[in-house]
Parts: sequence; structure tokens; C-alpha cells
Amino acid sequence: MPENNPDSRAIAEVRVGPDLFHVLCWVASAAAVATLGWIVYEIVSGAWPAIQKFGFGFLTSSSWVPNRENFGVFPFIVGTAVSSLIAILLAFPLGLAIAIFLSENFLPLPVRQFVRFVIEMLAAIPSVVYGLWGIFVVIPIIKAFGDWAVVHLKGIPLFEGPAYGNSMLTASVVLALMILPTLTAISRNALTAVPKTLREGAYALGATRWEAILGVILPTAAPGVVAATILALGRAMGETMAVAMLIGNSSRLSWSLLSPGGTLAGLLANQFGEADGLQVNSLMFAALILVVITLFVNVAGELVLRYTQNQTAGIR
Amino acid sequence: MDQPITHAPDFFHDNKAEATKAMARSFGNRVLTTICVSLSLLTLVPLVSIIFLVLKNGLPLLSWSVFTELPPGAGMTGGGFGNAVVGTLLMVGLGLVFSAPVGILSAIYINEYAPASALAQTVRVVAKLLTGIPSIICGVFAFAVVVAVSGTFSAWAGGVALAVLMLPTILLTSEQALMGVQSAFREASYGLGATRFQTIIRIVLPDALPAIMTGIMLAVARAAGETAPLLFTALFSQFWAKSLSEPTASLSVLIYNFSTVPFPHQIQMAWTASLVLVAFVTLANILAQLAFSKKH
Repeated sequence: MPENNPDSRAIAEVRVGPDLFHVLCWVASAAAVATLGWIVYEIVSGAWPAIQKFGFGFLTSSSWVPNRENFGVFPFIVGTAVSSLIAILLAFPLGLAIAIFLSENFLPLPVRQFVRFVIEMLAAIPSVVYGLWGIFVVIPIIKAFGDWAVVHLKGIPLFEGPAYGNSMLTASVVLALMILPTLTAISRNALTAVPKTLREGAYALGATRWEAILGVILPTAAPGVVAATILALGRAMGETMAVAMLIGNSSRLSWSLLSPGGTLAGLLANQFGEADGLQVNSLMFAALILVVITLFVNVAGELVLRYTQNQTAGIR
Repeated sequence: MDQPITHAPDFFHDNKAEATKAMARSFGNRVLTTICVSLSLLTLVPLVSIIFLVLKNGLPLLSWSVFTELPPGAGMTGGGFGNAVVGTLLMVGLGLVFSAPVGILSAIYINEYAPASALAQTVRVVAKLLTGIPSIICGVFAFAVVVAVSGTFSAWAGGVALAVLMLPTILLTSEQALMGVQSAFREASYGLGATRFQTIIRIVLPDALPAIMTGIMLAVARAAGETAPLLFTALFSQFWAKSLSEPTASLSVLIYNFSTVPFPHQIQMAWTASLVLVAFVTLANILAQLAFSKKH
């Protein structure tokens, strides 16, 4: 800017000072920030009558009886936690294996690119299509497995009969598939971010490929893999449609994975359209709990991810 | 990398124990590789199954008439989902109209005007947090601000819900797009006497446009497939949309509704709608990739 020339100072000030477009961009940024605040405000104010009436007991009560105005979401909180944890247990080994597969050169590049494309396709398929597929493919498989498990795994409370098709296990299996892309993509980034020198060092000391992976590369990438798992957990907890279509939407608590269950998101999907009065307030309260849980999980994941990036950036 | 280990027995030719150990290491290596590769290829199974079933069950009913006719009533045959296709396009369009200006202008602010300011930092954090919010919460929000206020389910409400869903994607990808513009371009522009506004509009935005389009197409692809935000904001309708202030059909809600009815024809229609939806989402994703590769 030609600031030392007095003649052009007036022009320069016009150019440097805030113009209309600058203000417009500022307003848009403020609006983006306000959106989050607005969402939280609307949900809290919508939930307020239910918060006042039920208070903390809303979280620990297990009865959801709309026509008696009796609301508690304990079974749905448990269902949200259980379904997403099982999904993580199922998806973690697969996701990690694929991430390693994609970052190593076991098979030629075109094959790896194809697998990567397939994983990206999994992310692009709408949730409701997973639900439809789950109804006609996963439910019969889980039902058959359940009938077998009830007879052969007798005595284990997790597989207690009767076995239903619409069950916690069905929802978890489909959830696992849906979070696989998130888990794979972030883990793969963490693995490829490990500096080449570490791998070369391991090989130079005589390590086999897997000794290098398990002894050097994975430990270095571990925080990134942990972040991927946490972020995938956040996704699983908020996932709605496929779960609502497959889990059976029951508010009864059961130890058995073969019984129907319910999640917070599924509860909202099922009841919001036809709710009125205190039920709407209670659903808003449930939505608030869901927002708090998912925000907490996502912030934790992001923090771990940021920590990881700082860590690997330091290695040369 | 397996090679040096197979030579190891010669290297330790005096020591039987060392040789067996090296063989065991080499064997373990192969076992782990096999497990890893087979687990990776295993994931192809569900995807192939989904694609196969969507094609097998969806193709028989696919014809031009499904795009021009209204959904069949309970137990009826024939019909289509023309109103749902229109509804989906309409609400994704509304969402885009609401979210794209805010997203792109915020991205310009946080990357061009004040990258280090407190507001810019907050915008980045908020955008990250918004991506983590479950899509059904966008529906709850739109229910509270549009449906509860206007007293009716409407395309407006669906559009608002989708806009909240699309905003973080558009904002963050636009920021990345602007970051990708070389600072030499900006400096050259200032050097020639252009103002900040001229530099942004004439130099930075045109260069970043393909990457911004990628973000928009990704947001469109995501929004088109979403059901949860529309379920209790736009609801559903058996008829053609006459205005934006009445319940509106969408492809995703149609699939949800028809998947739980006991009529084979409706279920088949749900598969056909899935085929159309997956095709649309895939197309949007491919367009996003094309827009991106145009530049790089």
C-alpha cells in the first residue's frame, strides 16, 4: 500500500477500510456461529417444561408412556451407548485392517484404489437405503443366528431368547458398516502421516514388515487411530434412520442383544411427527441429551486428532 | 520386504534355534498379511450385496412413468414417485440457497479478511462442531423454528433443516478451496493496484471456484440422501407440491414409509426409489470429483 505518499493516502484509506463486502462476510461468519447457539437455544427452550417437570430423573427413569405423560429416557441412553459400542467393536478390527491394507503395498495400486473407492461408496449410500437393505438382508441373517445362539449359547445373558429380527444386534451390525468409512479414512491418514524414516529405521534393524507395522508404525499412529474410533463412535450415536428401521424401537431394557431396543435418535425419528404437548418437550429434552453426548464425543475426538497432528509433525 | 528374512537361515547357518526363529517370524508375517488382506476384501461383500439388491429389486419398476406419476395408495399398484423427486430437488435447492451464501461468505471472511481473528477461530470450531451434530437434530431445530411457529409441516422447514446440515460442509470445503489459492496471485493483484474486494472477486474466487463447487456438490449429495431432517419437518405428501408451505414428499421419506408397509408393490417401489436416490447421490459425488480434478 502506498502509505508514505500523502497524495494517495485518501485513496489508500478507501481501499484499506472496511467495505460493504467485508461487512457482509463478517455478518455471514457471525451468522454461522449464531446457528450453533440458536440450535442449542431452541432445543433448551423447547425442552424447558420437561426439564422443570422431570429434572435429573428424566435420565434415570425407564418409563416412556405418552398417554400418562410419564417420560424417562434411561433405556434409550443405554441403547444408544450399547448399539454404538458394539458397532465400534465390530468395525474397529475391519477398519484398522483396511487402513493398514491401504497404506501398505500388499497388492498392486489399482486393487488398493478399488478398495478405497468401495469404502467411499459405502459412505455415499443414504442411511435409509442401509435400513431397507438391513430389513431384507441383515434381519433374516441375525434372526437365523439368534435362533441358533438361543439354543447353543444357552446361559449367556447376551444371547437370551426369544430371538427377534429387529434387535440391538441387527442395528449394531448395520451401524458398524456405516461407520467403517469414517474409521478407515481417519486411521489411514494417521498411518500415512507416519514419517518414512521410522519405517526405514525399523527395516534397517531387520524387522519384518509386520514387526515394523506393529512395533513402530501403529504405536506412532495410535493417537490418530484412537481419534478415528472416537469420531466414528460419535457418528454411530447420532445415526438415525437405519437404526430406527432395524432396532425395534422398544423402551424395554434387556440384557439380550437379540431383543429389540431403542436409541435416542430412533426415539426422535419415531415419535416427533405425531407428538404434542409435554411429549414434544420431552422429545426436545431427549434431543438435548443427544446433542450434549455427541458434541462431547466429537470434541474429544477432535482434540485427540489435533494432538496427533502436532505429535507426528515433530518427528523427522 | 519379506526377502531378507528368507535368507536369514543361511545367515545364521550355525544356529538351529535362530533359523527356526527366523522362519517363525517370516511365517507370522505371511499370516498377518493374509488376515489383513482378507479382512479388507471382506468389506466388498456388503457393498456388492447392497448394489446388487438395489439393482435387482429396483430395475423392474424403473420406467419414465415413475417420474411422472403419484405414489400408489395402500395396497394399490402402479403409480410412481414424481412428487418425491420434485420434493427432494426442491428442498435440497432451498437448503443450498440458505446455506451456500453464508458458507462461502464466512469462508471468505475467515481466510481472506481476518484469518487470525477471534471470530475466525470461533467460526472454524463451530463449523467442526456442526459437522458432528446428528442430522436428526437439524430436523428438531427446523421443527422448533419453522413448524412450531407456522403451525404446519412444509418444504420451507425441510429446506431449513437441510441448510443447517449443508452449512458446515460448504463452509469448511470453501475455506480449503480459498487456502489452495496461491498467495502470489493475491500479491500480484495488490501489486497492480487492485483493492481487496477486486482481488477476492476477480482473482481468488475464480481460482477457487472448482474446489468450492466440489464442496457444494458433496453437500448436495449428503443432503439428498438424508431422511431424518425431513421426517417431521417436510413430512410427506401423496400429491404434487402446490406451494412451499405445505407438507412435501421426498424420495428418502418415501423409501422409509414404503419399507415398513406389508404390500409387495410398495416395497418394490421403495427399492426403485432407492435406485434413483443412490444414482443421484453417486452422480453428485462424481460431479464433485470432476469439479475438483479440473483444477488439480
